[in-house]
Amino acid sequence: MDWSYLGRELPRYIEAGLVTLKIGFWGILAALITGLVCCFVLYYKIFILQKIVKVYVELSRNTPLLIQVFFLYFGLPQVGIKLSGTACAIIGLGFLGGSYMAEAFRGGLEAVGNSQIESGLSIGLDKRQMMQYVILPQAISISMPQVSANFIFLLKETSILSAIAIPELLNVTQSLIGLYYKTNESLLLLTVSYLIIILPLSIVLGYIERRLRHAEFGN
Amino acid sequence: MQNSGINVIFNNIGILLDGLGNTLLIAVTSLFISFFTGFGFGLLRMSKNRIVKLLTYIYLEAFRIIPIMVWLFSFFFFIPRTLGIDISGEVAAIVVFTMWGTAEMGDIVRGALESLSKGQIESGLSIGLSKLQLFLYIQFPQAIKRIVPGAISLGTRMIKTTSLVVLIGVIDVIARGKQVIERTKEAFWIYGFLFLLFFLMCYPLSIMARKLERKWES
Amino acid sequence: MNNEEIVLEIKDLYKGFGERNVLNGLDFTLHKGEVVVIIGPSGCGKSTLLRCINGLEKIDGGDVILEGSSIYDKNIKMRQVRQKVGIVFQSYDLFSHMTVMENILLGPLKVQKRDKQEVSELARELLKKVGLSDRENDYPRQLSGGQKQRIAIVRSLCMNPDIVLFDEVTAALDPEMVREVLDVILDLAKQGLTMIIVTHEMHFARAVSDRILFMDHGKIVEEGEPEDLFGNPKTERAKQFLNKFDY
Repeated sequence: MDWSYLGRELPRYIEAGLVTLKIGFWGILAALITGLVCCFVLYYKIFILQKIVKVYVELSRNTPLLIQVFFLYFGLPQVGIKLSGTACAIIGLGFLGGSYMAEAFRGGLEAVGNSQIESGLSIGLDKRQMMQYVILPQAISISMPQVSANFIFLLKETSILSAIAIPELLNVTQSLIGLYYKTNESLLLLTVSYLIIILPLSIVLGYIERRLRHAEFGN
Repeated sequence: MQNSGINVIFNNIGILLDGLGNTLLIAVTSLFISFFTGFGFGLLRMSKNRIVKLLTYIYLEAFRIIPIMVWLFSFFFFIPRTLGIDISGEVAAIVVFTMWGTAEMGDIVRGALESLSKGQIESGLSIGLSKLQLFLYIQFPQAIKRIVPGAISLGTRMIKTTSLVVLIGVIDVIARGKQVIERTKEAFWIYGFLFLLFFLMCYPLSIMARKLERKWES
Repeated sequence: MNNEEIVLEIKDLYKGFGERNVLNGLDFTLHKGEVVVIIGPSGCGKSTLLRCINGLEKIDGGDVILEGSSIYDKNIKMRQVRQKVGIVFQSYDLFSHMTVMENILLGPLKVQKRDKQEVSELARELLKKVGLSDRENDYPRQLSGGQKQRIAIVRSLCMNPDIVLFDEVTAALDPEMVREVLDVILDLAKQGLTMIIVTHEMHFARAVSDRILFMDHGKIVEEGEPEDLFGNPKTERAKQFLNKFDY
């Protein structure tokens, strides 16, 4: 193990880690927005949109991210749509994650019991108040474990984006191995980087989940 | 116009499907082995021994935290260098997918066994069944209804994840696709076709998992 | 019989679920301050009737007239009806993500836009009456069924309703908790609250009611003062039904 190599290349890993986080952040945001929109279309059963969303969810969940971004990055320019690598990465994560988020939110909304809604009706809440005070707070806490699992899933999926030359952690590791042949050292830095990013995130998300849990029935 | 537009798919279908064989070989082999090793791992995870508990927990979390892409990449580069044996991308892929599959399958098995009600187990014990009999006649038949849908979902995840093997040099369906693109420049149609192909492999499995889950829910 | 003003009139009410008619042309009138108890076999339409009065079910025919106007009139907002008619359900449905106090205040503050100070005071006073003063910051999951049901009653009362409907409020409770809930309702009856109560507790029905309605097959088969109906039922069906109870 060449320790000086570790020290020397550390800044490049920090930089790459920030790229992973940045792409992950925008990708997750895109997924959250897509998921919310889809979920409300499904929940309120908006006629034609509902069918489109259902097809989208199945396409997104049953195809790999690698093919999705290859199609965006290599396929689309052929029909005149040229997107940057970063744009493809964020759109790809949004396309993939949107369906996972939509399912998580929908699960939460559907888990809010009919009796809770009738209770709300019986004290005269209108539709908006019902959503704001009764349905959403409960749905959010019910779907939180699934949503946070999706956060971590999507952040890990960013490693696939190395294939379209996004200079994230794996991509940088690949180039360094190519340059210096310090395989073990580079792989160690790579693994540790993911630990440093994902472990604290999963701890924070777990904490938020527990804080929200008082909405659950029973214990 | 032989090799342009949508025709490129039909003209090269033989090559493309040849790569698919490799993709499926990796997914099916890994899944098959994982099914058995996962069962063992699931039982280990339910052990009351604290060291076994800790080790199995760390093993599972390692796959939950480190991306599969990183595992694949590490094995492909790390093993040949450290152990001095040359392994092909296929072997590296099967090893990694099996390790990952064991962890996930184990979690499915554990979840299914733990979801069984205490009453079932107690009534089994009360009629004098041994632990093995209890497992064979009561726990296993009930748990399998939760395990199978989970295992099928894991199968779709594994098929999707096999797409990554192209990145460690395995000649799979995507690698074949890339070769065709190099020749014909028809990236739009080839990637469109691959997108559809993966969908056609995964969608029926997803539907099946969902149906079984619903059927066996009660 | 009763000279007080009429607050609720049900006229020829029909309601079906699919093929089955649950309410079959039902009529009755409720006066201010009156406590009416509805009894009858399971599936006779008692709960459906209460849900129709609160607008939780769409009716198929007839009318529900609350203080002179139909609640199904297009110009009347169901939300306003529900502020006048409170309902307490069998399954004590407190909002599971809110504390006791938040549960009670939600309607008065957000729907009725009343003053927080005033409602909080009223809420505390009512909580004291039902013996749960020390529970205002608890979450529903920390309470027993009987406690939740008493809170649900307070939540309904805090809206200052003209009528409160009780839909088998003790049916899902452990036997030892039934008493604490029924005592609260008895107390409300003494204070002159207008109520319609659906129950299977015959002792309680007898003690609390001004009038008893016996329902079967979606109709009122017999009605009368409790002593008459329990002591000397006129119809065969009521006789048969009451014979099953030991009171």
